[in-house]
Parts: sequence; C-alpha cells; structure tokens
Amino acid sequence: MWKRDESVKPANVPPAAPQAPAAHAGAPAASGDLRQKIERDMVNIGKSVVIKGELSGSEDLTIEGHVEGKIELRENVLTIGPNGKIRAEVFAKAVIVLGEVTGNVTASEKVDIRDNGSVDGDIASPKVAIAEGAHFRGAVDMQRAGGKPAQAAAGQPGQAPKPPAPGGQPPVQGQKIGA
Amino acid sequence: MSSGATRSITDLFSFLGGRRNEESPEPGAATASGAEEPVFPTKALQKFLTCLASKDGPALLDLGPVVGSNVTFFGEQLGCRFRVEDVYSDIEKHVKAGTVDDLPAFFATRFTQPPESVDGILCWDVLDFLDRPAAQALAAALTKMLKPDGALMGFFSSAESREQTYTKFVVVDEANLRYRHYPASRPRQRSLLNRDIIKLFEGLRVSESYLMKTHIREILLRKPAYPTK
Repeated sequence: MWKRDESVKPANVPPAAPQAPAAHAGAPAASGDLRQKIERDMVNIGKSVVIKGELSGSEDLTIEGHVEGKIELRENVLTIGPNGKIRAEVFAKAVIVLGEVTGNVTASEKVDIRDNGSVDGDIASPKVAIAEGAHFRGAVDMQRAGGKPAQAAAGQPGQAPKPPAPGGQPPVQGQKIGA
Repeated sequence: MSSGATRSITDLFSFLGGRRNEESPEPGAATASGAEEPVFPTKALQKFLTCLASKDGPALLDLGPVVGSNVTFFGEQLGCRFRVEDVYSDIEKHVKAGTVDDLPAFFATRFTQPPESVDGILCWDVLDFLDRPAAQALAAALTKMLKPDGALMGFFSSAESREQTYTKFVVVDEANLRYRHYPASRPRQRSLLNRDIIKLFEGLRVSESYLMKTHIREILLRKPAYPTK
C-alpha cells in the first residue's frame, strides 16, 4: 500500500534501439533544411508596411502592418499579428487574429480570435473560436460540415464589406468579451 | 440500548448532517472552477435547441454580451448564423447618459433585421432590467423579427430583487449554464408575472415554462407557424 507512487513512476525504459547512423548524421542538416523551408514559406508584412489594394498568394502570411482592400489566401493561413490593422475583406483557409480586423472574414477551416484580437465584421467559417478578452461585433455563420454552404456572411469576393456596426452604433462602442 | 446512547447517536448524526449542510452550496448549484461562477441547471435551453435543430442553418440572435464559447457552442450544435446584439450594453449606455426614458423609442429602431428573419432569439433576462414601456417596445421588436415557428428563450426573475448585476449566461452544455456576474448601473425592475410576459409577447405563445430553484422562470415562447386570426 505504501508503494503506490512507484506504480505511477515511469517504468525503466530500455535504451532506444540504435538508429541507422545515416539518419543520425543527417538529422541536423534535415531540421535545418526544414526550418529554412518553413521560413521561406512564411511571409511577414512588417509593422511599417501599408498596403492598399488586393493581396493574394499561396503561402502562409503574417501581417503586422496595415492592409486596406482585400486579402485572398484561400489555401493558406493568415495571421493578423498584434500590431496588424486590417480594413479589408479576408478570404483564407484559416485566420488567426491577434490584431484588428474591420471587414468580413471568410475561412474554409477556422477563424480564431485570440485574446486582445478584434473583429468588426461578419465571420463565415465552419469553426470559430473567440477568446476571453477578444472583441467581436458582427454575425457568425458556421456552416455544418457536409451541409449546404451557408450564405457567406462576408458575401462574395468583390462585394463591398458590410458596415460592421449593427444598429447604427459606431464600432468603437464594441465590447470586451469576458470583461 | 439505553435511551442515552440512542440520543448520543442521534446527536452525532444531526451534527454530521448540520455540518454537511453548512458546507454544501445553494441547492441546484454546482460550483465551477471559480467559486464566483456557479453552474446552474437549465431546462429551456435543451427545448430551444430542439426547436431549432430541424431548421437548416437557422438564424440566431443573442441579446446578451458576446461569449466566445457560446458562439462556438451554438455554431457547432446548430450550424447556425449567429448574431450578437448586446442589449445590456444599450441599457447601460442609456442609464449612464440619463436617457432611460428614450429606451422605448430606441428599441423601436434598434434592430436592423428584417421582419420574420430570425429563427431563434436568446433573450436571457434582459427584460428584468427594463421598465414596462421599454420592455413592451423590445418585446414588440423581437416578436416582429421572429420567423413563424421560431423560438424565443427568456429568463425572468420570480423574486423581487434590487441586485445591481447583470449576468452572462455561459453555456456549459445543453443542461447547464454558468452564471458570470458583472456590475450594472441599474437594478432589476419589478419582476414580471406570467400574465405580464404573455401580454408583452402578444403574438407568441408560451411553449414551455419552468420555475427553477434559482427563482428564475425559464420560458420558451414560439411564434405560431401560421398566425392565428
């Protein structure tokens, strides 16, 4: 009865089977290549950059600057960094919001509004997560998997974003979630 | 066994029973991780979900503050189009600006949704914080917005209370809600009786009504599929 703790302890793990020497030798080089590849595939728009117009691409993108217009990354992840300010219609595979978005957001996989992130506009995505402390004003359209696609809250590409403040209220009167 | 021994055992049980009562929380309440956020059962929510489950991509309107987990919950349960219109913050703004008397006129134009465009309304307990004319104006606007066969879930305090807190109703699951209180500038107004509620929502019929141990009356109102003449 007094040896209960011992049962929880991890059993003595036998030494790992020796791996092929070639794999060992190649591991650091492979991870370095992978890192380089990831760095190549991730694009970052810095704080001082302002873009007006249409932004599209086939790589994951992080925006820390200002973008006005339209963003299309239909097969990729868009991250709006804490300093990012977007005034645009957004279409992406997944959208992570840590900064500010004004405009409608459409994602084929997920929209994730993190703590201190802010969205003023409608969201259309099968999965939506809004953290405590995030700001959101608008409608959420979560179409069921396999169901017929819901009327995208964001409308069709090229359509002007809907005014984000329902009821005629200015967006600054939005609320903090969990406040 | 002697009577003295019996008494002492009885005393022991009553002592234990008394202690247990002191330690147990309010009836019906299960304390969540935080002691200030108790979890209470709900009966109406399940019925509300059942009403909307048969609809394809229903439009849902939430009159409470944005609760991220509620958005996720209703989205996953119903695959719905979910809009939050925080009426509590409207009341707060009017109270702070000293324009409470303008609330009836405000509610008449507050919502931009077309008539009969919403399948379900989460009214929570917002009507408890309104006086009669404002409550009447809000109820009329909600009734107009609701589609035929749509459902409205409202909570009404059955106890007179001047408590100055609003409550965020956080859905834990279909049968439980977590109450998260936050300060209000205005206390609850006079509690509404059943007949008052029925009068407010003229054009809707009471589908379910539950009086909970928390002194909250949970009412599910439905709009008839074919309006009665």
